[in-house]
Amino acid sequence: MVEFLQQVINGVSLGAIYALLALGYTMVYGVLRFINFAHCDVFMIGAFAGMYIGRHVPEETVWGGLTVLAGAMLICAVLGIVIERLAYRPLRSGPTLNVLITAIGVSLFLEYGAQDEHVFGQRPQAFPQIFPNTSFQLGDVRLSSNQLIVIVVTVILLVGLRLFVMRTRLGTAMRALSFNPKAAQLVGVNNNVVISATFGLGSALAGAGGILYAMNYPSIEPFMGVMPGLKAFVAAVLGGIGNIPGAALGGLLLGVVETFVNGSDYSTYKDAIAFAILILILLFRPAGLLGRSTVEKV
Amino acid sequence: MTTLSLRGLAVLTFVSLAFFSNARADDDTIHVGEIASLTGKEATFGHSSHEGTLLAIEEINAAGGVLGKKIELITEDNATKPGESATIAKKLISRDKVVAILGEVASSRSLEIAPIAQAYKVPMISPASTNPTVTEKGNYIFRVCFIDPFQGTVMAKFAKQTLKATRVGVLTSVSSAYSVGLSKYFKETFAKNGGTIAIEQKFSEGEKDFNAQLTAIKAADVQAIFVPTYYTEAALIAKQARDLGITVPLFGGDGWEAPELLEIGGSAIEGLYYSTHYSPQADTPEVKGFVERFRKRWNGETPDAMAALGYDSARVLADAIKRAGTTKNTKLRDAIAHTKDFPGVTGKTTIDEHRNASKAAAIVTVHNGQFKFVQTVSP
Repeated sequence: MVEFLQQVINGVSLGAIYALLALGYTMVYGVLRFINFAHCDVFMIGAFAGMYIGRHVPEETVWGGLTVLAGAMLICAVLGIVIERLAYRPLRSGPTLNVLITAIGVSLFLEYGAQDEHVFGQRPQAFPQIFPNTSFQLGDVRLSSNQLIVIVVTVILLVGLRLFVMRTRLGTAMRALSFNPKAAQLVGVNNNVVISATFGLGSALAGAGGILYAMNYPSIEPFMGVMPGLKAFVAAVLGGIGNIPGAALGGLLLGVVETFVNGSDYSTYKDAIAFAILILILLFRPAGLLGRSTVEKV
Repeated sequence: MTTLSLRGLAVLTFVSLAFFSNARADDDTIHVGEIASLTGKEATFGHSSHEGTLLAIEEINAAGGVLGKKIELITEDNATKPGESATIAKKLISRDKVVAILGEVASSRSLEIAPIAQAYKVPMISPASTNPTVTEKGNYIFRVCFIDPFQGTVMAKFAKQTLKATRVGVLTSVSSAYSVGLSKYFKETFAKNGGTIAIEQKFSEGEKDFNAQLTAIKAADVQAIFVPTYYTEAALIAKQARDLGITVPLFGGDGWEAPELLEIGGSAIEGLYYSTHYSPQADTPEVKGFVERFRKRWNGETPDAMAALGYDSARVLADAIKRAGTTKNTKLRDAIAHTKDFPGVTGKTTIDEHRNASKAAAIVTVHNGQFKFVQTVSP
């Protein structure tokens, strides 16, 4: 029982990071109907930004940690907006496939650009301990402060995002755009501003995800985003792509399943089992777990 | 970068000179090739072994060289890339007419060079590849380090005798030949000596989350955990183990030795153990003299195990050339094969019938954020 509860905690803290990253995929898909493959590299840049900012603030303090988190989110938001402006907007009137291929190009550019010796270099680097590090003993189950921070920050960001999308004018405009871009434009929504905001918001979440991931697994390198990015994309599809609560649910589910397989004798089949579950769910619910509303919308 | 390209230019100039004045150059110097990962992901390993090798060659030349000739070291960088080493080996043999090749550190890249060296019958000495299959490629392939079966045995004995553990857990990377091999030999010896392998958990290369495996190991109630991986994984595993409240010692092999272990692991790797080829803190005259000369030559750097093995590989070769009295391939091969009790900095080196060196292993621990020598274990 103790082992079971411990694995649930491990799984939830891993799944929370997948969820944060999945939100970015889902938001962009909801608005523009394409998969932003460069998203996982924004996540990587977030981790590196955190490492550099972390060197200038006191280590192991709450305020230092929050500064790093906010700084990395800001840098990633700007990066996301710049990527959209330079790489995706000029192609927006063309077929979606063109943008998709460009996204792959941007992704490779960021990965191999970051590998350059004058940027981040190829060697894995150590990520500083930015928040205070302790662990809490709940009976025989152990929760490290890093895991707790991941869960708390993810919940805050998720609730914040939900409120933003449902309650603010910009959020309403985003939803309008995802229903019908042309109609939204006709009723006075500035599509360019809304799309920029979507990229900025999604990228900021990726930046936060990068910091949280690097805190728990403090060895960062330019390709660190590839596997979590793939998993988060799967999580977004699992929950129903275009659906924000679905992405969060998909991320959590994937994290918990992976952790349980990892802790069993079949740990090397982890990804195979996780993807088999994905296929099964999609066979019975083609739109994903919470994807029904999206289907109705279209 | 500048020094590297200058070195490249120097090599290029030298190569073209050698190419145009082939016969004369051969009379003046003995060409020895070196293949190392000087750039890329494992640049740390390549730089260390190169600095050790170059120091040895410079010392030999300063002492008058061998057979009345100076040794010319021709160094080539494979950029840590698969496939490069094979091309470089061919170039060194056919264009530069090297009498022997020194390299590589990583087993996977040594395995690329070995078949070519064997085909051209040019002796090859790997400084630090511990995978047993490297020297099985042919009778011209040698190494000056111990091999993984020995390392696994040493750590199994260490777990039983020093850590007093009878129940251990193992965490293996299934996609690394090094990890699988080391894990296998450890488990065999540990079980033979009456210990219990309570649980073995596995992961694939590139993983960063080990919480699930470690939680399962913790539930198996072990007294120590063997982690035969490279340094990045080892540091992450140690960190996650401590966060999960696992307080038993972790221990591993020579793949742990890199400054990154300390940087990434932080306080979590305090008090952990690994086996390696040598420690700069060992109290022998060979090691002390070597550390002093190395620091003087390379701006105060402390030589790690790769530097010491690079140094030994060049000196074993020079010693064999002296004893052979020629650089002719068959005679040189036989001379290397008959190396016995050569006083290297990594211990007395004897080449056995499988062309491997049998020598002692050093056990190192981490104390106050520094590597600290514990003991030497003889074969």
